[in-house]
Amino acid sequence: MTDVVLNTGDTAWVLASTALVLLMTPGLALFYGGMVRAKSVLNMMMMSMVTIGVVSVLWVIYGFKLAFGYEANSQWYGSLSLSGLGSSINELTNNGGIYPIPLLAFAAFQLMFAVITPALISGAIADRTKFTSWAIFVAVWVTLVYFPVAHWVFAFGNKVGDTVTGAGFLAARGVEDFAGGTAVHINAGAAGLALAIVLGKRVGWRKESMRPHSMPLVLIGAALLWFGWFGFNAGSALGANGVAALAFMNTQVATAAAALGWLLVEKLRDGHPTSLGVASGAVSGLVAITPACAFVAPWAAVVIGLIAGMLCALAVGLKYKFNFDDSLDVVGVHLVGGLWGCLSIGFFGSSAINSLGLDGILYGGGSALLGKQAFGAFFVLAYSFIVTLIIGFIINKTIGFRVKPDAEVAGIDYDQHAETAYELTSSSRGGFSS
Amino acid sequence: MKLVTAIIKPQKLDDVKEALIAAGITGMTVSEAKGFGRQLGLTEVYRGAQYKVDLIPKIRLEVLVTAATADKAIKVITDAARTGNIGDGKVWATPVDSVVRVRTGESGEAAV
Repeated sequence: MTDVVLNTGDTAWVLASTALVLLMTPGLALFYGGMVRAKSVLNMMMMSMVTIGVVSVLWVIYGFKLAFGYEANSQWYGSLSLSGLGSSINELTNNGGIYPIPLLAFAAFQLMFAVITPALISGAIADRTKFTSWAIFVAVWVTLVYFPVAHWVFAFGNKVGDTVTGAGFLAARGVEDFAGGTAVHINAGAAGLALAIVLGKRVGWRKESMRPHSMPLVLIGAALLWFGWFGFNAGSALGANGVAALAFMNTQVATAAAALGWLLVEKLRDGHPTSLGVASGAVSGLVAITPACAFVAPWAAVVIGLIAGMLCALAVGLKYKFNFDDSLDVVGVHLVGGLWGCLSIGFFGSSAINSLGLDGILYGGGSALLGKQAFGAFFVLAYSFIVTLIIGFIINKTIGFRVKPDAEVAGIDYDQHAETAYELTSSSRGGFSS
Repeated sequence: MKLVTAIIKPQKLDDVKEALIAAGITGMTVSEAKGFGRQLGLTEVYRGAQYKVDLIPKIRLEVLVTAATADKAIKVITDAARTGNIGDGKVWATPVDSVVRVRTGESGEAAV
């Protein structure tokens, strides 16, 4: 253990990946912001931006330890301690074995995952959420849901010699989730469904036009998500190596195929391939390949992506059938795409591609891996849905989770932030402070 | 005197303007307008959800002409604005009682 020394190439890649993953959250803000009406774009983007603030601070205080600590030797949570992240700058990362990168680089990288996951949820409750209640929700949700679930999935424990302490429950069971199909996407998707139910539908849902106000913003956001996702997936190798290259290539081809898959469904069903479709398809492919990107061959990534794009294009219609206002389709894209991605490993996983993974059904491994994947996926789904429902219900009954109907109709941007995104009428005066 | 009002597609404004000038009819007022006709707007599709867009952007063009020129103006505008598709718009003329040119104080047909 002592003979492992810091590797500068690995460290450089993880640091760069960390910055890439951070960029995904403002990218998400643009992606979501373009999809809402002009009167609520700022509030939509602010929900993502405040999440960066809240989660980053909590991460330093206790979040990283709760997710990745091993001191409690629990498979359910890391350790309950105020950390301050005050370890030595020379301490290396130990996550089921030593990685030759600083622990602080790993902690920063994982922070970005903790940031974007609650931000993803915000799309389910667009246009109507009280901003302070959202910020409080984020703090409670990451504490009770994300940090523990990240421990279950991503914490492989502190390995000294042959002894591993504090490995997560799903990681120890061999559930394969490379970059967060369960902990990030199923988790956020299930939570989005729960909050859409708690908050209820927007005023005028299915009666008034709620068409996206700016497709160029959506496309810029999708582009930034795609770009940042290379850090998310290839960075999860925690090193500049072959696994990172495999994850990188798979991320690209699955996303491309998914964008085409979504467009194909639109062309056949609606008559026109749309720009919202190409952006949504790309995101659905990114979601689906996230858990699988280091365990499958690139040809399989194309198939996974193509199916993801078509499946999600059909799944976004579910909310109209089941009558819940998941405004920006967090369920249809992240929950459905995440489930498919996790299960896909059970078919396409190959130990020849990556010796860390098992063989799926197509490689003669039988259904054992698929069973593990299904267990992990549905366990996280159920936990996230139930706990989020409880948190949401309590916030709604105490401080209130929704703005008043009048404010929602007039525009949540002005009501919650005293700002409007666009000057649509006459010019303003002032600039003074009171 | 007549006020000729036309509701046309925004992309046909330049054609109509050029055609009116070529026909010797100068002076016009243009405003951006929104509206719908018999087809009741358009349908847009976002993630499979159909949204009816009933108020479509249009150009409202107004030309003040002498009574003798009105029919010619209507014909010029109609010809220049036509694409043959739904939503090409309408042109109509209304009688005008009095007109005054602000700078000179001229009135009646001399002011047109």
